[in-house]
Amino acid sequence: MDFATAITILIDGLVFSSYLFLVSVGLTIIFGVMKILNVAHGSFYAWGAYTSAYLIGIWSNSGLPDAGTFLMIAVAALLVGVVLGLFLERCLIQFMYGRDEVIIVLATFATFLILEDLILVVFGVDPYFAYQPMMVLGSTQIGGIMRDVYSLTLIGLAAVVGLILWVGLTKTKWGRLLTAVIHDREISVAMGIDVTKVFILTFVLGAVLGALGGAYVAPTVSVAPGFGIDVIVLSFAVVVIGGMGSIPGAIIGALIVGIARAIAVHKLPEVELFVVYGVMVAVLVFRPEGLFAPAKARKI
Amino acid sequence: MDMKRDWTLPGLTVGFALIAVVGTLVLPDWLMALTVNSFSRALAVLGLMVLWRCGLVSFGHALYYGLGAYVVALLGKDWGISEVLITLPAAALLSGLVGFGIGFIMRRYREIFFAMLSLAFSMVMYGILVKTEALGSTDGFSIEQPSFMGWTPEDATEKLHTIFLMLCFICWAVAALVHRYLQSTLGNLTRAIRDNEIRVEYLGISAQHAVHIKYVMSAALAGLGGAMLAISLGQVDPDSMVNWPVSGELVFVTILSGPGSVVAPFIGSVLFELIRTYAFEWVPGAWQLIVGATLLVIIFFLPGGVWSLISRAIGKREDL
Repeated sequence: MDFATAITILIDGLVFSSYLFLVSVGLTIIFGVMKILNVAHGSFYAWGAYTSAYLIGIWSNSGLPDAGTFLMIAVAALLVGVVLGLFLERCLIQFMYGRDEVIIVLATFATFLILEDLILVVFGVDPYFAYQPMMVLGSTQIGGIMRDVYSLTLIGLAAVVGLILWVGLTKTKWGRLLTAVIHDREISVAMGIDVTKVFILTFVLGAVLGALGGAYVAPTVSVAPGFGIDVIVLSFAVVVIGGMGSIPGAIIGALIVGIARAIAVHKLPEVELFVVYGVMVAVLVFRPEGLFAPAKARKI
Repeated sequence: MDMKRDWTLPGLTVGFALIAVVGTLVLPDWLMALTVNSFSRALAVLGLMVLWRCGLVSFGHALYYGLGAYVVALLGKDWGISEVLITLPAAALLSGLVGFGIGFIMRRYREIFFAMLSLAFSMVMYGILVKTEALGSTDGFSIEQPSFMGWTPEDATEKLHTIFLMLCFICWAVAALVHRYLQSTLGNLTRAIRDNEIRVEYLGISAQHAVHIKYVMSAALAGLGGAMLAISLGQVDPDSMVNWPVSGELVFVTILSGPGSVVAPFIGSVLFELIRTYAFEWVPGAWQLIVGATLLVIIFFLPGGVWSLISRAIGKREDL
């Protein structure tokens, strides 16, 4: 493998890893705090993408400078995350607490099906294109290959999101409350933490992050029906590999899957999908709690 | 043990005989095809139900469902074998064997990890299939006309009727066998495993071993169901047979049916297929919405599935 290929693989891998981190970190936060494996995360992603593509379209049609489309991406993520996340938590998830984990997975699966069709009702069946943000940033040449700058900014966005979450969780009061709830919900209640509020905020935060992933990716692809389906299992894989509920785990999981996939794409395209899930199987078999999740005491 | 007489076996016999006879006489072709699809799926659901009684949910049984389908398709493609007396047992056997191998790993996991790991295994298979050009990649390929004990039906109606009758027989036999199994000591352990595994171990029984057996059973049943589906559709492809929404669908029908009886999966599957067909007809853009809403209603208001309605109606004690 020559140097240029190595650079290409590295950059492709990093871009894809950043993408994976963005779409799966919301999932892992929700799981870590609430112990809910949220299939509807794919819906946040898809809704974020549609809303972002739609808003970008409106923005550039109104003749405003295209640079403002980035604002629309952020607006879309917040809008979808807050509205959809709040609505779901209040109308569905809050009634599921204390029920079997797998039943909750099924309930979110049902929600995913419902939201999937609601997208068609709201946005129609035609694909959306919102390439304006990509045009704004143009492209550059790295290692003899033209790359669009927009995709490269994904790496920066992922780093910023990761940093904010890390600081937020370890340095702020809210982060510590969250950590307390993650470790022991009952004790947290006894200590006077309003767990209901923590849960609502966590769910909305996870939803915003999921929507942000979709909203930011929207300009690079055509946003079409069935957009969220593949993302669900992919982000499951990332989260499982890193350890469900762990943010450093999500970073490591995203890096492993992203780089492995980039290598596969360039060296052995036949095994592209196999690699992702093969790693997932291997990790689950040898370390079912994931690479980074702390070992849990067995409760009888 | 319930001292009341168990009507499941006579019920199954009379029920399937009635379905076979009445179905052949009055069912229009489209309804018969719908029943064939439902019953094929019900075979897989029956296996999932056995796991569900242990409190285990597999989000990856599309692996075996698809495996069964591809075994049938490949036997026809590569060896020219289209005899269902060979293809069906081969599909069930191979799925069971793969399930036996994977079961050594699966039996160590419970709850969400069990679900996730089975999902991962099925996605590995999906990943292989979509990248294998020789197997038609994402398009899949069509399979040979099946022959039944050396006889090949001449037109579509004849084929459909034959498959329908054969499927009624298979479902009856399989349901009866699973019922007998659930009545046995090992079968009765399902609920015990769900409630408290440690106590099961104190009884001197290996919970892992029991789970393994049930896993192999469910794998073989899913393989058989997938094989039946492939034969009746005449076509296999990864997206409608191996991708994860298929597993989700199977779990959905399991929840819809309820774990109460081996009859439940058949009722649940037909119901599911009817919901889907009519939803698709009335509101083509929103059939998933209706299916999803149904699932939510079941989870919230009918945790025992549709079977709990029936068992209440016939005055039977709630089994689970």
